[in-house]
Amino acid sequence: MTMRTPLHQARGLGSAKEGVGHWWAQRVTAIALVPLTLWFVASLLCLIGADHATVLAWIGSPVPAVLLILFLTISFYHAQLGLQVVFEDYLHHKGGKLAAILVVKFACLLLGVATVFSVLKIAFQG
Amino acid sequence: MGKRPLSPHLQIYRPQITSVMSTLHRLTGILLALGALQLALWIVAAAQGPEAFATIQAFNDSWLGRALLCGWTAALFYHLANGVRHLLWDVGFGFAPAQVATSGWITLAVAAALTLLTWLVGTGILDAGRIGASL
Repeated sequence: MTMRTPLHQARGLGSAKEGVGHWWAQRVTAIALVPLTLWFVASLLCLIGADHATVLAWIGSPVPAVLLILFLTISFYHAQLGLQVVFEDYLHHKGGKLAAILVVKFACLLLGVATVFSVLKIAFQG
Repeated sequence: MGKRPLSPHLQIYRPQITSVMSTLHRLTGILLALGALQLALWIVAAAQGPEAFATIQAFNDSWLGRALLCGWTAALFYHLANGVRHLLWDVGFGFAPAQVATSGWITLAVAAALTLLTWLVGTGILDAGRIGASL
């Protein structure tokens, strides 16, 4: 016998007006990543053989810096969303699943912040 | 779980282009998350200073680094092209069985072409300078 309402017990376990949130975020980030990824690969190809100073000048100039920050943040967010689904589908131990999802969330956040900080440092400090 | 009957799982079915490409999409997604580590290292090292940058560049230039970069580009273009295929499905295009197979082959061709182009430019066989001048 529980005093909690059925709705309260269901909240957080699936769709409670947020069912498509994860799915939608995955699609929005995917759409944004199409042009950003093509731009990034083309840019890297132009940087082959470049020395440190050239790479710094490229990362620090306004357009690449802004696009890089977008590419990095959206990529790590998209990676986290995708890996979460993989863990939800294939890890069957409840605790292990939660742990894996949290580790990936924190790792993606760490990598995102570290790379964005690096771009900003290069842009403002050289 | 016990001995209750289970529905047939993956190993029962003959591999088809739909199922193989679906599996590859997840697999390349996981690989790309690992590849993002090499990307993150490169940018952080660039900000860190010349020594750190030289170290990561030496790794990127090694045979292992190059092999990884070649692998990431293949995984990237596959995931990108098949991702666009998924987005088209999401808005309702191309659901008929024949269309699904056709779009699969187109996706594979596009991914292979972009990967090959990137490798050719990356290895200097195609002239990157002329392409770069227009960017």
